[in-house]
Amino acid sequence: MIAIIDYGMGNLRSVSKAFEAVGHRAVVTRNTRVIDDASRVVLPGVGAFGDCMANLERYGLVQSIRKSVQSGKPFLGICLGLQLLFTESEEFGRHEGLGIIPGRVRRFAAGPAVKVPHMGWNQVTLRTDCPLFDGVGDGADWYFVHSYFVEPVDPSIIATTTTYGISFASSIWRDNVVACQFHPEKSQSVGLRLMRNFGGWL
Amino acid sequence: MLTKRIIPCLDVKDGRVVKGVSFVALRDAGDPVEVATAYDREGADELCFLDITASHENRKTIFDVVERTAARVFMPVTVGGGVRTIEDIRALLNAGADKVSINTAAVQRPEFVKEAAQRFGTQCIVVAIDAKHDPDGTRWGVFTHGGRNATALDAVEWAKRMEDYGAGEILLTSMDQDGRQSGYDLGLTAAVSGTVSIPVIASGGVGTLEHLYQGFVSGKADAVLAASIFHFRTFTIPQAKAFLRERGVSVRIVSGEEDGR
Repeated sequence: MIAIIDYGMGNLRSVSKAFEAVGHRAVVTRNTRVIDDASRVVLPGVGAFGDCMANLERYGLVQSIRKSVQSGKPFLGICLGLQLLFTESEEFGRHEGLGIIPGRVRRFAAGPAVKVPHMGWNQVTLRTDCPLFDGVGDGADWYFVHSYFVEPVDPSIIATTTTYGISFASSIWRDNVVACQFHPEKSQSVGLRLMRNFGGWL
Repeated sequence: MLTKRIIPCLDVKDGRVVKGVSFVALRDAGDPVEVATAYDREGADELCFLDITASHENRKTIFDVVERTAARVFMPVTVGGGVRTIEDIRALLNAGADKVSINTAAVQRPEFVKEAAQRFGTQCIVVAIDAKHDPDGTRWGVFTHGGRNATALDAVEWAKRMEDYGAGEILLTSMDQDGRQSGYDLGLTAAVSGTVSIPVIASGGVGTLEHLYQGFVSGKADAVLAASIFHFRTFTIPQAKAFLRERGVSVRIVSGEEDGR
């Protein structure tokens, strides 16, 4: 069973429906016991960083997330669920994140050719042989919608990069944790492939 | 490189597509979910539902449409029409929408956009602007209530203000061009796109593939919205993308690669 953590923000239905479409059972929950018992955990996310952290704390989910990551079971962060894993973000002021991945979350510098948010389909270049990208072509288009990007302290965990004005880490992979800035649940066939891979990973 | 987006738009009334769709391949061309699924297969980059339901009671039918779409279509979906409160937004996102588009409510109370962006993130707040050339031709005025009511707002200034208030995207419709099939209002689109640093979706007036191209190149749009040329199969999404790619516009071509399912 895959637990999709519900902290009262964003579109979680798409994530669970996408897992169902590729044959994996998933439940949207904020029950810490369900999360602790799940074989796989997904931290999705749309919303503002500070509000989301506040909600994770309010619902008592921070410990469950840490425990899931430490337990070694497959853990997938999506979009804000990637950013929340980091030490801190500069969105609407400075906010502390979960601190699971050392690094910062920074805003894109807007320019004539760089509109913010980065919204739409962009290419993802594979930097490692992360098994979640099995069967996904290098340079495939994925759907992004975000104004901030992550800067891990340890560059060796960068699984993919994408260029938008600058080259940024569009996903990271460390042990049992994969987290991506793009939305697999919105990226049609390549996204469903990643989600299918996640359901069979480890 | 970020690709340019092509977004088919469906007008939905009481849970059914209106203005007509004539896909031969569909069992029920009035069902928005069937149409959405067909566009998904064709490789549309996003979908837009515009809820033009007249009565408040029928609002719930759009939630059903969004829920059923989200169960079958794994691409971004924007829903507009009648979005007035934080609760409206939450309900649409919970149903499976990725973005909501706000029009009249933003004009009536601009702070609503700020509150919505802070609550849900700027990326899911689209501000829709219906604009019309002033009779003297020096500016574009903003209209509300589906184009029925004039305001004192200047469309370019309004777009900039909405960006400052936290809009993540501007859906810009030319009321002069809408339904005429003679092309987007390129002056309006370029003026807004050159002023804001958030993405701009051109809307209103597309009749040919050349119009899409002009929307991107002369209008500097980041995405183009179209309804009837796709609904009536004048052109398909793959035809539009092939045309654009041949002319050097960066678009996403969906290959015949294996579906994840």
